[in-house]
Amino acid sequence: MVNLIWVALLLIGLMFAGINGTIKDVNEAMFQGAKEAVTISIGLISVLVFWLGLMKIAERSGLLSFFAHLFRPIAKKIFPEVPSDHPALGYILSNMIANMFGLGNAATPLGIKAMEQLKQLNGQKDEPSRSMITFVALNTASITLIPATVISIRMTYHSASPGEIIGTTFVASLIATISAIMIDRAFYIRRRKKGGM
Amino acid sequence: MYVIQFLSLWLIPMVIACILLHGTYKRVPTYEAFVEGGKEGIQIAFSLIPYLVGMLVAVSVFRASGALDFFISYIKPLIIPFGLPPEVVPLAIIRPISGTASLGMVTDLIATYGPDSFIGRLASTIQGSTETTLYVLTVYFGAVGIRKMGDALKVGLLADLVSFIVSFIIVLWMFGK
Repeated sequence: MVNLIWVALLLIGLMFAGINGTIKDVNEAMFQGAKEAVTISIGLISVLVFWLGLMKIAERSGLLSFFAHLFRPIAKKIFPEVPSDHPALGYILSNMIANMFGLGNAATPLGIKAMEQLKQLNGQKDEPSRSMITFVALNTASITLIPATVISIRMTYHSASPGEIIGTTFVASLIATISAIMIDRAFYIRRRKKGGM
Repeated sequence: MYVIQFLSLWLIPMVIACILLHGTYKRVPTYEAFVEGGKEGIQIAFSLIPYLVGMLVAVSVFRASGALDFFISYIKPLIIPFGLPPEVVPLAIIRPISGTASLGMVTDLIATYGPDSFIGRLASTIQGSTETTLYVLTVYFGAVGIRKMGDALKVGLLADLVSFIVSFIIVLWMFGK
């Protein structure tokens, strides 16, 4: 699926470049995009090192499994395949909490850790497990309490009330998250009927 | 509002303090554990590079060639009957694909129509209420070396669609046109 999308984006882009005569822009965009990707990755190093270092302490001290324990009832319903005291649940929950507060930078390394744990649970296979799909789906919707970036843009353009969209954003993201869980469940049932995974 | 501002400012420091206190209390070798965990961070960041380069180049080419604008112009007439302002349609399409591109669009919409207009509020809500699905998938699956995405992309995109529709309804309901 991702292979197809990737090739399609590039080929359709190149085709349009021929039709529209935008080949010059496209050439520039190619290298700009590559550069941006490396900049993002390098920029992630500082945050990843710091957060993963801290989270290692939390993992060793048992704080993560304590968190997992606390939210066990909800998480168990959403991730039925993860054992209830597994560190993956702790990472999943801390990732969700970081996302809620608009701490995207803090959420990413936690999410990656969660994925590593889920992969271990899945016997290091190359295919995503059911829990991985659920987790990633939850992250693409992600409940938001504080959309920090948007608020700062609204402030820049002199909004009378920059924070007034917190309510609408929260409700929209909450409903999106609930829908993501339901859609994910529906796809899982469909997969099982087909006899896959 | 002040409570939320206070919380967002103090959340990270409080989490850090909690982790350090709890670690020390449980006699974890804190500094050594920190360094050990940090090393993993470097590895992860480097292994991400090829995934991000591949995806961002493709998206940039698609946008710069004018292909994106072309598809948007076809989708526009389908949406106008529902009362959706066509100005936000490109944003809804680009939101799951590129976070920086959509942020650029939101800034542009807010600058053009004003932050307190219907379009400004709707754009703000759309931007804030979902994550960049393609980026999340690329980073999370990429970091652990999974190449197949299974149903994750479909679920993510459908959830984005729901979020977009809900944003429209909620903004309309709370602020009116």
